[in-house]
Amino acid sequence: MAQMGAGARPNGTAVAAPGKMPITLTVNGIATRIEVAPWTTLLDALRDHLDLTGSKKGCDHGQCGACTVLVNGRRIVSCLALAVMQEGATVTTVEGLAKNGTLHPLQQAFIDHDAFQCGYCTSGQLCSGVGLIGEGRARTGDEIRELMSGNLCRCGAYPGIVAAIQQAMERS
Amino acid sequence: MINFEYARPADVGDAVRQMAAEPGAKFIAGGTNLLDLMKEDVERPTKLIDITRLPLKEVTQTRDGGLRIGALVPNSDLAWHPLVEKRYPILSSAILAGASQQLRNMASTGGNLLQRTRCYYFYDTATPCNKRAPGSGCSAIDGLNRMHAILGTSDACIAVHPSDMCVAMAVLDAKVHVTGPKGERAIAFADFHRLPADEPERDTNLAPDEMITAVELPARGFPANYTYLKIRDRLSYAFALVSVAAALELDGGVIKEARLGLGGVAPKPWRDTAAEAALAGRPPGEAAFAHAADTVLSGAKGYAHNTFKIDLARRAIVRALTQAASGTPQSQSSKKIA
Repeated sequence: MAQMGAGARPNGTAVAAPGKMPITLTVNGIATRIEVAPWTTLLDALRDHLDLTGSKKGCDHGQCGACTVLVNGRRIVSCLALAVMQEGATVTTVEGLAKNGTLHPLQQAFIDHDAFQCGYCTSGQLCSGVGLIGEGRARTGDEIRELMSGNLCRCGAYPGIVAAIQQAMERS
Repeated sequence: MINFEYARPADVGDAVRQMAAEPGAKFIAGGTNLLDLMKEDVERPTKLIDITRLPLKEVTQTRDGGLRIGALVPNSDLAWHPLVEKRYPILSSAILAGASQQLRNMASTGGNLLQRTRCYYFYDTATPCNKRAPGSGCSAIDGLNRMHAILGTSDACIAVHPSDMCVAMAVLDAKVHVTGPKGERAIAFADFHRLPADEPERDTNLAPDEMITAVELPARGFPANYTYLKIRDRLSYAFALVSVAAALELDGGVIKEARLGLGGVAPKPWRDTAAEAALAGRPPGEAAFAHAADTVLSGAKGYAHNTFKIDLARRAIVRALTQAASGTPQSQSSKKIA
């Protein structure tokens, strides 16, 4: 790959704005067709095009995990994913975790263990935790902490989060 | 983010042709580094060529007993691939030492090789940086340089290569398979990344219109005696201040062969074959390990804020070789350093 960097496109260089592209996603079980510009992130598509504002824009640089969603069952940070690149994908956000009015076991565990304070990181923590449980790699508290290290909680609710994930793992 | 054209090439040939036709284009796979740099206005591609639908996602065994890793295999899949865990655990460990699980799920094997430095001046478009804007100067040499390199630097750039995965691939003697308009070629891992010299804008020897298609590991994986020891400012999800990949083959109480590489200290994954040669034939132990560390660091040069890395690297090398020799590799979950 070229390391062209800024030299490839000096400031002020115009590029004809390409039109919006249609994409099809299955979001929280619903087939959805939207039109997005190529530079729209999956996070912005979810929040601004689909009104799914549960996923949060914390840092917008992949460092805080507040935008974590599941794409084809795997947890990713949606702020560093382009919506057009997800064509055909199945996306689950925090809004899709509860089924038929019943909370996901991890959501219930977060309540049981008081695993949040302000709640801003919680949707990302939940999606990340569901992804972690699906991976089946974490057993111990140390392993949960390591595999959850991409989700920051500035209130410091980590002990409750780890306990909640352990409870949900035991019951899943 | 700036606007850009977007294309989904039909195959690898189409992808490299589109790249050759548009010098301002970039390939995108995981996007975890590129999109971040685009949001910071450091990368300004005119077009993104989305290669994620190309058939480069397989991990296959080669005829000579090695492993061929498709360029699009996600970092997480590679780290947890049964053959990698069994035969190349040093690679698995190095990958799991880096980033977060979300980022490892997104990041590709080829993209990890091409990730760019996290030097804060490279990221800050308000400051001079020879890597970002050739000829503008280096802000780090006389600026804040705690995270910067102690080996392989030049007067033009002291940035470090950030990858953990690449340090393991370097010591495993990997080969990088690439394709361009002129055909395919293989690049030895040691020759893939460049030292900055007077062209710090060039991180690698990949031609502008070439694409990584696979990384190939030879048969030898050193599964019995290895470690990846990463020292950083917090226990997880941080770039290395110093990391050490160490692998040994022991035979009758003597080191038959040693592999030694460092991350976080140089502009490229830093393998030292002279230190490896100095270890061969000696019994494993403090004396041999300290000598190897001195060999690695004999040419080290510290700057105002990073001189501590020289001592840190010396101790980390001795500790890593001790872990490798005793068959007790560093856990990437329990952070206690054995």
